[in-house]
Amino acid sequence: MKNVKADPLKFKESELREDTSFEGNAAILSPTRLILKRFFRNKLAIVGLVILGTILLFSIFGPMISPYGEYEMFYTHNGKEVSNTSGYDLTQAGVSLMNKAPMSKAHWLGTDKDGFDIMTRLMYGGRISLMIGIVVVGIELLIGVVLGGISGYFGKKIDMVIMRVVDVVFCIPTMPILMILGSILVTIKAPQQLKIIFLMLSVGLLGWAGVTRLVRGQILTLREQEFMTATEAIGLSTSRKIFKHLIPNVMPQLIVFTTLGVGDVILLESSLSFLGMGVPYPYASWGKIVNLVNDPIIMTDYLNMWVPAGLLILITVLAFNFVGDGLRDAFDPKMKR
Amino acid sequence: MKQYVIRRLLIGIFVLFGVSVILYSLVRLMPGDYVQNATAGNPKITEEMRENMRRVYGLDTGIVEGYVKWMGKAVTGDFGNSFVYDKPVVDVIRSKMWNSFALSAMAFVIQILLAIPLGIISATKQYSKLDYTLTTFAMLGISMPSFFLAAILQRFFAIGLKWFPLSGMVTAREDFEGFRHILDVSWHYVLPVIVLAVISTGALMRYTRTNMLEVLNADYIRTARAKGLSEHKVIYTHAFRNTLIPVVTLVGGMLPSLFSGSMITETIFAIDGIGNTAYNCLKQGDIPLVMGFNMFLAILTLLGTLISDILYAVVDPRVRYN
Repeated sequence: MKNVKADPLKFKESELREDTSFEGNAAILSPTRLILKRFFRNKLAIVGLVILGTILLFSIFGPMISPYGEYEMFYTHNGKEVSNTSGYDLTQAGVSLMNKAPMSKAHWLGTDKDGFDIMTRLMYGGRISLMIGIVVVGIELLIGVVLGGISGYFGKKIDMVIMRVVDVVFCIPTMPILMILGSILVTIKAPQQLKIIFLMLSVGLLGWAGVTRLVRGQILTLREQEFMTATEAIGLSTSRKIFKHLIPNVMPQLIVFTTLGVGDVILLESSLSFLGMGVPYPYASWGKIVNLVNDPIIMTDYLNMWVPAGLLILITVLAFNFVGDGLRDAFDPKMKR
Repeated sequence: MKQYVIRRLLIGIFVLFGVSVILYSLVRLMPGDYVQNATAGNPKITEEMRENMRRVYGLDTGIVEGYVKWMGKAVTGDFGNSFVYDKPVVDVIRSKMWNSFALSAMAFVIQILLAIPLGIISATKQYSKLDYTLTTFAMLGISMPSFFLAAILQRFFAIGLKWFPLSGMVTAREDFEGFRHILDVSWHYVLPVIVLAVISTGALMRYTRTNMLEVLNADYIRTARAKGLSEHKVIYTHAFRNTLIPVVTLVGGMLPSLFSGSMITETIFAIDGIGNTAYNCLKQGDIPLVMGFNMFLAILTLLGTLISDILYAVVDPRVRYN
């Protein structure tokens, strides 16, 4: 538009073309193209997409570029910087932990109270947060789509039973239960890697009630429509009817749920990690990095330790919300743009 | 109506039963052995005395037997004695509940006063600069981790500017009474209330906006405009009232949750509410209290859905039960 204003002649020409060219006006867009077009017209959604891309690059490729490791601790010896992975003898006299180092060229955000490089930890924390978010939402989708599909399609007694189970799961308070599960893991001394898997499983198993209700509700209305009578007439099998004909029609809602859901799970995981019940030591997690703020000295004097991690959680979740919201608007045929 | 409520309550009882089975098994698996922890510092206590104590606390039974015992008492409203407080769980919850309620209620009022008008404005000026700004702020609130916001507020308004206290509910070593006491507590509540209000306003605002947009697309709004009503009247008389239907339903459903406390915010600001209490008891393995607290939350969730379903039918005469 800016070019157009600068050149009045061009403006007329383009206006003319728009008015007369039949093809331009009558171009038929496929539903997907239409949705994409509507999505990309939403500025906030694009902002979200850009942020997400940056965060993905930051946390996937960042650790490869960073010269340091996730649990590399830094020490100083006679003014020289050494780390615990360099094979340097750290037991000799005069070696001290280089913790709470200020921001510098070598450590962009300094080091934390354990002597870890904060920038590197942020990158690895992003990996873990995104992985947990995606896996948990995957679990929720799997359970939700199967149970919601069955419940909505068959109705009657099966629906009744499944929906009561959903009610029960919906009423279980998430946060306290996750904390209890977290503390159980601490005592049975499970390997740290296993704890992350267990964390994802438990968050997923507590969170599927919402998707199930969503899928069931949609299928209840869809199954009364003509195309379902057609599948009946052709004699398709039940599972084919549910998973090939009904579920694809719920896809828009599921895509929106996925985007918003990943954001929610990242928020939940970071809260748990903040309380010390989430991602186990020595793995990095944004919530756990913010947790350093519990030390009043760090809160007051070492903003470089906890503020970046908090901001990362904020903008990542924000980006997922922007994209999810944009998708919801784009999928909604009632939204006129 | 009566029948509908009764049926919902019966289903609710069944759901609570299911929830209690799952909760009890999980809580009993909780590792913090209260007896072991409480007696660890005392060398005079023998293993025999510990066994005795476990029997008193009801920890010597298996999970199934323990559940039956717990359930038998719970149906009469007796959730046992809290280990940590050495008082009936119901009394502990009742005494801490009001601190949480005061906190949540203030945030709730701010949330409604901000979210509904801003949501309406945002919808009437759809895709304007103002709409984008409000949407961005709403989304920031939705995406804000409460602990991070709390830390930022503490750092800048309590430590930096010293406008508000860092945490706690009353100023230490000052025994204010009457009005001074209320003022002192309110002053301590400012930051936690801001945290709760900020993280909850966005969602309600977006919800109001979505519903307002839907109403504005309805046929009767076109009719109202067609017969020449002023835009002001169209929006604030015809559209606004209809927007209120889903909003009132949602807000009504939130009422019970005002009592549930907020674990993270209360813990960070050391507010002596139910969330903070539960957090501490969870760490100490106080089984009856944790069990009671979780059941309390489950009941509040159920009540919330029930209230919003009933309100839905009450506010909108088009909705029929069943």
